[in-house]
Amino acid sequence: MRLSWFNVTSLTLGFAFLYLPMLILITYSFNESKLVTVWAGFSTKWYGELLQNDAFLDAAWITLKVAVISSTFATVLGTMAAYVLVRGGRFLGRTLFSGMIYAPLVMPEVITGLSLLLLFIGIGLDRGVMTIVLAHTTFSMCFVSVVVSSRLISFDRSLEEAALDLGCSAFEAFRLVTLPIIAPAVISGWLLAFTLSLDDLVIASFTAGPASTTLPIKIFSAVRLGVSPEINALSTIMIAIVTVGVITASIVSKRSLVRQRNEERAAVQG
Amino acid sequence: MQRFVLIAVPYVWLLALFMVPFAIVFKISLSDIALAIPPYTPTLDDGFAAFFAGLDFENFAFLASDDLYWKAYLSSLQIAVLSTAMTLCVAYPIAYGMARAPEEWRPTLMMLVILPFWTSFLIRVYAWIGILSTEGFLNQFLLWTGIISDPLTILNTNAAVYIGIVYTYLPFMILPIYAALDRLDGSLIEAAEDLGCSRFQAFWLVTIPLSKNGIIAGCFLVFIPALGEFVIPTLLGGSDTLMIGKVLWEEFFNNRDWPVASAVAVILLLILIIPIVLFQRNQQRQAEEEA
Repeated sequence: MRLSWFNVTSLTLGFAFLYLPMLILITYSFNESKLVTVWAGFSTKWYGELLQNDAFLDAAWITLKVAVISSTFATVLGTMAAYVLVRGGRFLGRTLFSGMIYAPLVMPEVITGLSLLLLFIGIGLDRGVMTIVLAHTTFSMCFVSVVVSSRLISFDRSLEEAALDLGCSAFEAFRLVTLPIIAPAVISGWLLAFTLSLDDLVIASFTAGPASTTLPIKIFSAVRLGVSPEINALSTIMIAIVTVGVITASIVSKRSLVRQRNEERAAVQG
Repeated sequence: MQRFVLIAVPYVWLLALFMVPFAIVFKISLSDIALAIPPYTPTLDDGFAAFFAGLDFENFAFLASDDLYWKAYLSSLQIAVLSTAMTLCVAYPIAYGMARAPEEWRPTLMMLVILPFWTSFLIRVYAWIGILSTEGFLNQFLLWTGIISDPLTILNTNAAVYIGIVYTYLPFMILPIYAALDRLDGSLIEAAEDLGCSRFQAFWLVTIPLSKNGIIAGCFLVFIPALGEFVIPTLLGGSDTLMIGKVLWEEFFNNRDWPVASAVAVILLLILIIPIVLFQRNQQRQAEEEA
């Protein structure tokens, strides 16, 4: 394979387009001036102000709580759903089931948000942390299920069959054989569900109550008034967390892949 | 028994929190607005006969009579179609370059595409406000280079909405196309060139058709959510940017007219049902091909 000048140009321009806006945002979070588009010298004062802003800190805490709980539920439900989709065979309403897994991936958020809110009101559930958790679990379990099922499809089924032949119950075979193999996909599913929940504005706006404002709702109402260096600082912190998280996750998954390969090689040679 | 529980738990969850809510939206779209909260009638408390007698298509008739709504649907469709095409044009060369890059670069390039996707959508849209505004970075740059002598108005126009959609949805288009190009057997292109195709012909006749599945998946992943987009038209668009997601939001939160908001959602869903079914078929076929 050779990289022609055309490929180099498109990669350079493409990644510049993807990254320049975020780099500008990060740079100007260290700007002294209140005006975000005029550079007036280096300063970290906006970070200090952010840490004193109780409204943001409260919202951040609620957001984190919602994200941890909903992504954990979503991982359990999504893994079950993936298992059913890939290994479940035929059952009544399978097409409807797979439709309900794929549709939320692309469903416009305003529709999902509106419909869930009307459900919660219909059954008389008070809006708050719980309703956001229910809403987030529902759409992120579908993402988890897609991630996990792609791993389930690619793995060797005879390993499970061997475990069953050797006397494992179906559940033991899942716990001792399947789960360790699909673990990296389950973990990245959890991470995906977690970030989706952290990120969500529209569905949270519909399902949140007055006392459960999440960080995106807070940011959105601030941003509607225009650009502010405090929001830049907050964005920078969030970008930094995600970057560290993604890089760590990719290193961990690469290591586990290498270890798995070495073990397989050792098993073949042994 | 175990199998039954395994199927039933996620199934019932999705039925209760995905399908039932749609049924409720549909029902409320046929109801009348009432002064009480929740602001709609009728309810099931009065019995089935009264319930069905209270339903009518008034809200849909209202949507049809007011040209705000159908203009919003049309303009959403236009924005979604055009921005999907633009995203494809930007994404394809990037995906192609990634698939042609040396093997050892690819995981890094892949991570560079995924990273923005993990970063907050809201933040990525927000970043463009500072770039596109009249005294923003783009205008500063263009004035500095002397290309323009007066600042351009981009923020709060449809152009800003297109830029925002292309930017935020780009990873969704790159990844499936890259996946398809990555699997493509390079010897097929060599064969085409040996048989007398020019490089462009080989690209047009071999590479594009073989990456068709990736292109289709990417287009659905951009088009469907873009059609109902709310954040981008609200933050980057202007007062004349009409998009149905924004209309629905305003109908619900500002006008508090839940039946009309529901009717808007039902029609949006009807428009989307065909692309969603096609998307799901495409995904399922690909999954089966891989298996």
